[in-house]
Amino acid sequence: MTLNRRFFMGTAVAAAGALAAPMVRAQGKPRVVVVGGGAGGATAARYIAKDSDGAIDVTLIEPSRSYYTCFFSNLYIGGFREIDSLAHSYGTLASDFDVNVVHDWAVGVDRDAKTVTLASGASLPYDRLILSPGIDFVDDAVPGWSVASQNAMPHAYKGGSQTELLKAQIMAMPQGGTFAMVAPPNPYRCPPGPYERVSMVAHALKESNPTAKILILDPKPGFSKQALFEDGWSRHYSGMVERIGPDFGGENVSVNPDEMTVDIDGMVQKVDVCNVIPAQKAGHIAEVAGLTEDNWAPVNAADLSSTMDENIHILGDSAAQGDMPKSGFSANSQAKVCANAIRGALTGSTVFPARFSNTCWSLIDANDGVKVGATYEATDEKIASVEGFISEVGESDEVREATYEESIGWYQAITEDMFGVS
Amino acid sequence: MSNKGLLSGAFLCMVGAASAAPADVQTGQQLYSQCAICHQIGDGAINTIGPELRNIIGREAGVHPDYRFSDSLVEAGADGLVWDEATLDRFLENPRDLIPGTKMNYRGMRDDDDRAALIAYLASFGGESRDVPAAAETFEVAPEILAIAGDAAYGEYLSGECTSCHNSSDADDGIPSISGHSPEYFVTVMQAYKQGAREHPVMSMLARRLSNEEIAGLAAYFETVD
Repeated sequence: MTLNRRFFMGTAVAAAGALAAPMVRAQGKPRVVVVGGGAGGATAARYIAKDSDGAIDVTLIEPSRSYYTCFFSNLYIGGFREIDSLAHSYGTLASDFDVNVVHDWAVGVDRDAKTVTLASGASLPYDRLILSPGIDFVDDAVPGWSVASQNAMPHAYKGGSQTELLKAQIMAMPQGGTFAMVAPPNPYRCPPGPYERVSMVAHALKESNPTAKILILDPKPGFSKQALFEDGWSRHYSGMVERIGPDFGGENVSVNPDEMTVDIDGMVQKVDVCNVIPAQKAGHIAEVAGLTEDNWAPVNAADLSSTMDENIHILGDSAAQGDMPKSGFSANSQAKVCANAIRGALTGSTVFPARFSNTCWSLIDANDGVKVGATYEATDEKIASVEGFISEVGESDEVREATYEESIGWYQAITEDMFGVS
Repeated sequence: MSNKGLLSGAFLCMVGAASAAPADVQTGQQLYSQCAICHQIGDGAINTIGPELRNIIGREAGVHPDYRFSDSLVEAGADGLVWDEATLDRFLENPRDLIPGTKMNYRGMRDDDDRAALIAYLASFGGESRDVPAAAETFEVAPEILAIAGDAAYGEYLSGECTSCHNSSDADDGIPSISGHSPEYFVTVMQAYKQGAREHPVMSMLARRLSNEEIAGLAAYFETVD
């Protein structure tokens, strides 16, 4: 981190005397480089390429050849989805939209030269850069846990192998064993996610291991859709789920991955599976680029441009944008506003006013879905919420089933919106 | 595309109180309120989200003027499926069981008596009968709103808010397809949400903040999308 920071500072000083340097690739098409191929980055790459019709050169940098969505990964844990159904390739973005897909890590950003350095050593010039790197974890957020211990105590908060590992551990739990979740403090990716996960773990255990216990250690006094989840847990999983909030030590938790114990405010307990979801921060490249402040990257609401660099836009979980929750839906919504603004800036196309929306569906048990959503607008200060809704306790079975079915339609639609129709 | 005769922007939003009719038909009429969201029936009925259902008894599956059915339903019709009491009963119990690829976004009616009542109601519109269900409620859009010429380019931008949930294919997996409707139909449905004649948490919220011009823009854009 120190090295990268110095790298950035050094180039900033060096470039100060060279402001009149010619624009990179001034002769060619404008270039947009997108770092991160998730809900923000893939959508932005596709929309810029599609709508500019070849007038903008779009490069997408994403290390994974197969992208596993984090959204719906809880449904895999619950047994409602196959893991393969969460995997998506970038082939259609390359073949149908002419996006240059580079499977590599972005490791540095030279903001003055306007280049991105890849782990392979290559350097890519950009006119506009989009960073959509998702989340990383705050060091030492949960004492005793680090990324080195993520096999013993998985976070499963980035989609793919971690999700599969956590599910395997749950299915191998001894009869009557304990599943513990260390829940994250705000703000974090997917506010209802930990609690939907608890629901899906309970669903999986109810069949195979009905005497198992689920323990949530939570530093937050309350959480997203709390009334809906607690109602659902009492209806479907009575006696299985216990939550320890900050009043009872939930904010003073450490773990010992070697011993498989959790220490709750001085009380040490042995557990069989421990899902540690640490405090989060912007994906590392946003920090490397020198664009973060208090762990997140502040942006202007109208076009998601960094408040520190007008040529760099930050989408999704990494952005400190205001009122939108960190979700795949939000990132997808922000990406379309950002794509429209970048296209306007680079080609002179019409820039329409920003508008955003989000809906988050959660599954509590089979055919028992709930949702929360809102619309948002850009103000001078932030992305501000306009109007919202939330499912109600006591809705009919038909409404809950229809809500779940909507979520399946949404998954199909948003992944097509990100990756194109393969 | 095909809904030109939209009767000055009115569509059957909901079926109201029953007229004097045999008991099971009356029950069927009440049950039909679930179907009425997508299927018109009775005098002047036209295709909307689903095909209109007058004279459904005896109709070959997947065949109706100006309605675009799923390939699966067209194939089933070509293979000889004809709608009668027995086939409708099987279909309505679990549509995707009989026609796995159907666009119809309905999970099925499990109760045998309910299905019989509903089919009796549908059959009451068979033959030459063109009875209007009594007290049918309709939602009408003011002509000046329907007359707004939409900006398709703006509509394309706004459509980003739709395509997060509505996919581009014909498969209605929990959320219906919204492409290829006539602008009149599109505007009418969106105005019904905006003005509260139809309710859905997400759609009502999104429609309320769309201006009349923005809805017209979306309608102009989506007409061009297959």
